[in-house]
Amino acid sequence: MLKNYFKIAIAVLKRRKFFTFISLFGISLTLTILMVATALVDKMFNPGYPDYNQNRSLYVERIEIKNSKEGWVNMSNLSFYFFEHYVSKLKTVYKMAISSGQKSSNAYVNNKKLVIDYKYTNADYWNVLAYKFLEGKAYGDKEIKSADRVTVITKKTKEAYFGDEKSVVGQYISADNINYRVIGVVDDVSGSARNFTGGMYLPYSLSKDSQETGLMGQYNAVLLARTESDVSKMKNEFAQMMKKVPIPPDFDSIYCNADEFKTSVTRRMAGNSTSNGVAKVITLGSIFVLLFLLLPTINLVNINITRIMERSSEIGVRKAFGASSKTLVYQFIVENLILTFIGGIIGIFLSILVIYLINESDYVPNFNLSMNLTVLFLSLLNCVLFGLISGVYPAWRMSKLNIVKALKA
Amino acid sequence: MIRLQNIEKVYRTETVETLAINSISLDIARGEFLSIMGPSGCGKSTLLNIMGLLDEPSKGNIKIDNQDISSFSDKKLANFRNQKLGFIFQSYHLINDLQVLDNVELPLLYRTSSPKERKALATEALEKVGLSNRLKHFPTQLSGGQRQRVAIARAIVGKPQIILADEPTGNLDSAMGNEIMEILMNLNKNEGTTIVMVTHDESMAQKTHRLVRLFDGSQVQ
Repeated sequence: MLKNYFKIAIAVLKRRKFFTFISLFGISLTLTILMVATALVDKMFNPGYPDYNQNRSLYVERIEIKNSKEGWVNMSNLSFYFFEHYVSKLKTVYKMAISSGQKSSNAYVNNKKLVIDYKYTNADYWNVLAYKFLEGKAYGDKEIKSADRVTVITKKTKEAYFGDEKSVVGQYISADNINYRVIGVVDDVSGSARNFTGGMYLPYSLSKDSQETGLMGQYNAVLLARTESDVSKMKNEFAQMMKKVPIPPDFDSIYCNADEFKTSVTRRMAGNSTSNGVAKVITLGSIFVLLFLLLPTINLVNINITRIMERSSEIGVRKAFGASSKTLVYQFIVENLILTFIGGIIGIFLSILVIYLINESDYVPNFNLSMNLTVLFLSLLNCVLFGLISGVYPAWRMSKLNIVKALKA
Repeated sequence: MIRLQNIEKVYRTETVETLAINSISLDIARGEFLSIMGPSGCGKSTLLNIMGLLDEPSKGNIKIDNQDISSFSDKKLANFRNQKLGFIFQSYHLINDLQVLDNVELPLLYRTSSPKERKALATEALEKVGLSNRLKHFPTQLSGGQRQRVAIARAIVGKPQIILADEPTGNLDSAMGNEIMEILMNLNKNEGTTIVMVTHDESMAQKTHRLVRLFDGSQVQ
């Protein structure tokens, strides 16, 4: 039976090449966009290296202070002082990785300008995050205390600055006319891990603003709990602590959240200090996917109706020789699924191509999007959904055709 | 085998009501070869469609093989058609996208039979109509007579007790028409299949056991 359906599905596809092209184009393009979008979302929510302890971590990125009478809102990253003075005293915080946002510096290699992004970190940054050291080691409390001009650089920075040299530990790199001694080289981090990516890492004690005592600044932190079960306790302790943080003059409220990783992403995307943005991201995402699927589906439904009605004589014959309406609905849905699967396969190849082009373009450094199994599974699920949605209505309409009318058409 | 009692068929539009069949009662015996004649539009095909359970009468009762089919569900009706009836149409109604063998196998798809079994039965049916050398051809590669023979093979492959043929020779020249008629007569004679045939051709009708004439939806002979 299935073989017969397959034969006829292929024959029908060959018969009206233009319709087939439009159908396959619509399906494969939609699936490609959905697959690339899923790969992007997947990467955004599961960035991987070097942050492998997400289950034990909370992320603190933003502080908001408000004057509700005047309607003033100040929002920014946090100061180093905030983490050192308040957060480091929490009992449930086992270790804390503090790092600044990225800044750019200029270096010159063979009279050519090279822009190197750098960020300041504390010593525990290297203990919380699992950077892969290709050579050398990280700086520790000793270097930070004495404000040594040392740096850990990435592989990409090493290659751009030092060229083919095998080992660069002990050599100096000059950024913004300051010489730093390289003490370690780490593997590159994807640009999507925005809090951890950079070209050069420096001890925070070299930063001028690390001594400031306000709450706002340029730092964020990953708080690591001892065990997974400690995370909720840590969250509570953080919230309790926030109640005690003095509100700056001229303001009446203060907000700062320690979020799980995924919530920290949604809060950044669609939330604010009082809403974590999860519901908004899910709602908007679903509406986007629905609308995005709806347009090609309506298009496919139309094409399918035309195609099926062209085959009314066949429908009449099949019914006359014993096909029930249900069997015919099944046949046309199977045919449509075959069509969408062919579109899906083209879509998967197109997605691989697009993902390759995105990765190659280096628009986001070291992005490394990949078609992982989740993405592939979701794509196949999309194909089935697509095939069903666009096949059911035309099949149902066709199955209701009167046999005599179908044979006369 | 087929019993029609006071069959009436009315086609209604918003403004017009057309009586296509006017109170026809007919008994067709098992193994009978019956032809239906009459001018165009007199209701021949409508009557045949009602007998074939392809169309519902507005009034009246149909019994086939002693079974009253008026209460049958869509599924049961489909199954009944599949088991008991075979159809031959004037314009063949073959599926051009499928090869001859696949076209003939079609009624068997709706039964529980293995692909091997289906292939054997379809080949046997095609041998009976003299087309065993055309299994892999597509309908468009065949002449009109050959197409109608494929349609006959499709009608007989499930070994139905009744074959309903709507002007099976209508699109063919007389030589081809005679060939088709020969096949139908052999089926009736050798296998005892009950055949009801609508025709415009008096000479074909004369070859059957009984002739029914219709005029304006009523039986006149």
